[in-house]
Amino acid sequence: MSKKSYRQAINEALAQEMRRDPTVIVMGEDNVGGMGAPGEDDAWGGVLGVTKGLMPEFGRDRVLDTPITESAFIGAAVGAAATGLRPVAELMFVDFLGVCFDQIFNQAAKFRYMFGGKAVTPVVIRTMYGAGFRAASQHSQCLYPIFTHIPGLKVVVPSSAYEAKGLLIQSIRDNDPVIFLEHKVLYDEIEEVPDEPYTIPFGEANLTREGDHVTIVALGRMVGFANKAADMLEKEGITCTVVDPRTTSPLDEDTIIEAVEDTGRLVVVDEASPRCGMAADISALVAQSAFKALKAPILMVTPPHTPVPFAPELEDAYIPTPDKIADAVRRVMA
Amino acid sequence: MTSEIKALAMPKWGLAMTEGAVTAWLVEEGATLREGDEILEIETTKITNVYESPAAGTLRRRVVAAGETVPVGALLGVVADASVPDTEIDAFVARFQEEFSVEAAASAEAAGPEPRFVDAGGQRLRYLVMGDGKGEEGVAPLVLIHGFGGDLNNWQFNQPMLAEDRPVYALDLPGHGGSAKHGVVGGVPELARAVRDFLNALGIQRAHLGGHSMGGAVALHLAAEEPARVASVTLVCSAGLGHDINIDYIEGFIAADRRKEMKSVLETLFADASLVSRDMVEELLKYKRLDGVASALRAIADASFADGRQSHVLVDRLEGVGAPVQAVWGAADRIIPAAHARTVPAERRHVLDGAGHMVHMEKAGEFNRLMSDFMSMA
Repeated sequence: MSKKSYRQAINEALAQEMRRDPTVIVMGEDNVGGMGAPGEDDAWGGVLGVTKGLMPEFGRDRVLDTPITESAFIGAAVGAAATGLRPVAELMFVDFLGVCFDQIFNQAAKFRYMFGGKAVTPVVIRTMYGAGFRAASQHSQCLYPIFTHIPGLKVVVPSSAYEAKGLLIQSIRDNDPVIFLEHKVLYDEIEEVPDEPYTIPFGEANLTREGDHVTIVALGRMVGFANKAADMLEKEGITCTVVDPRTTSPLDEDTIIEAVEDTGRLVVVDEASPRCGMAADISALVAQSAFKALKAPILMVTPPHTPVPFAPELEDAYIPTPDKIADAVRRVMA
Repeated sequence: MTSEIKALAMPKWGLAMTEGAVTAWLVEEGATLREGDEILEIETTKITNVYESPAAGTLRRRVVAAGETVPVGALLGVVADASVPDTEIDAFVARFQEEFSVEAAASAEAAGPEPRFVDAGGQRLRYLVMGDGKGEEGVAPLVLIHGFGGDLNNWQFNQPMLAEDRPVYALDLPGHGGSAKHGVVGGVPELARAVRDFLNALGIQRAHLGGHSMGGAVALHLAAEEPARVASVTLVCSAGLGHDINIDYIEGFIAADRRKEMKSVLETLFADASLVSRDMVEELLKYKRLDGVASALRAIADASFADGRQSHVLVDRLEGVGAPVQAVWGAADRIIPAAHARTVPAERRHVLDGAGHMVHMEKAGEFNRLMSDFMSMA
């Protein structure tokens, strides 16, 4: 055990799986960096340094720099997976999904189904998401609801360093296409992470707090915010259960429903836009399956339905906060 | 009675504990205490336990109120002889509070005992050592061996107290805790060999052994094989004394990969099921997620508990153990029946009420006294 950042945890998961399994390869824009120029080897390790150190250990055959052509290299990764490798491709920002979506949702997601289970596509697409990085509308979105909508994709939204390592190793070993979403504001968050490899199974929610009054379901960066809100509220005598689903597909419906049945109240927190997002989806699930347990209307804490603003004051106002979550909890308790 | 003023400080139970909450005081200010009397209840994120008086005297001050959470090392109360004037007690409290700071406590904690690793017979084993035997020559150390699925933290309420008299080593068996997870084969005899390699690697010639559950069978096996190296054996809810085993627990523990399953499995370990906390469940799930653990547990279970029975019954080898052997059991043990204690002579068996399979956690004070008395006579 030692303290590691979210970035180090992801890097360690990649390195350990590459050591364990020679079919694991890493590819993406500037995943090595330096364009092979003398003295510039391993210059970048991805735009925020997550893959740094992999090329010197595993060589250029297994750590590939790709052109700035998501349609080409995401397609190549899907094809490589179909022919026996386990590629981990980095789609730098999830916002660039638009130029390679056919490769993901019409090819990777469909192979197992359309070939009658005879084809597997063990590709992982790592991608950065989320606001709070002052990176403006085209580099700040939370697009996991779009992937979650597509049957055949598994979608992982790790909320901390421990979660990131175990879920990424699980993603690499999984035989289906996995979209692994890393919140760029979490990269320097530190916690205890085992040095040994480990896996966290998909579709198993984590309870980060257990309480009697309100269930808060939150994803990714919002889990930490929900924990902060729960700790504030505990001083007021309101105790919360905080559910981190970890994966939006598969979704651990049972744990969410059971948690709401215990507390009778639900607040769902999502950094994605409110329409057709996980907050709406989970609200619908609970309304359908646990309506009789509800003592108050379900509340959603999400940003407004607008692009992510660039002005820092507006961006801060856009993102859900621990205070906004605590307010929603107080309202369902009123 | 003692004339010195004794501080009651927040103890450190387990490697991860940084603070504790006082949930209840069990005695009033002014009460006369014997050493070992239960004074207050402390709750950590993992478990609740009682704090026992470290000395005889009068409870002169309750410094921390019930419901308060304070860091490890913080002053909880003061015990002193009734003859010590109040002014001296107040001065003692003031001085303690002045010198105590959370930062200092935190850094002292960082400098406190950390688990170490040793290469024993080609396997990397993790262990924690406490106590130096007060520098006395020839004091045999104690080596504590946890059970199936356990680790060195299982002794968190025992190791610090027992270490007042002698060095105490708690190790992680192969496949467990922080020890190597790969290449684990076999059951009790192989694990006993690993403990012997551990003793060799650390240069321990002769030791008292304390083994819980499967670790008890391991201790017994080692004592029978190498009688000269064993000073005494304490068997805690031990395997090896009969064929019965709650195989549903063993299989349930191996299978559990979700919180709910793990919680209900762990509840069978305690007489008081409410002791199973969220953090305890989470910690075991984290252990079980590590690469190699599933196959190591499977291999050990297949070798030790095939067909739902204990494979290694060592009752006929008890005689070959030269050292004294005692058995301590929880009367409400639902994993290995307390009736197995009858294989040990009556004067050396202790079946404690109100405790289950984790008797050394649930009845820590009583257990620690039995153990340290036994070792000092052995």
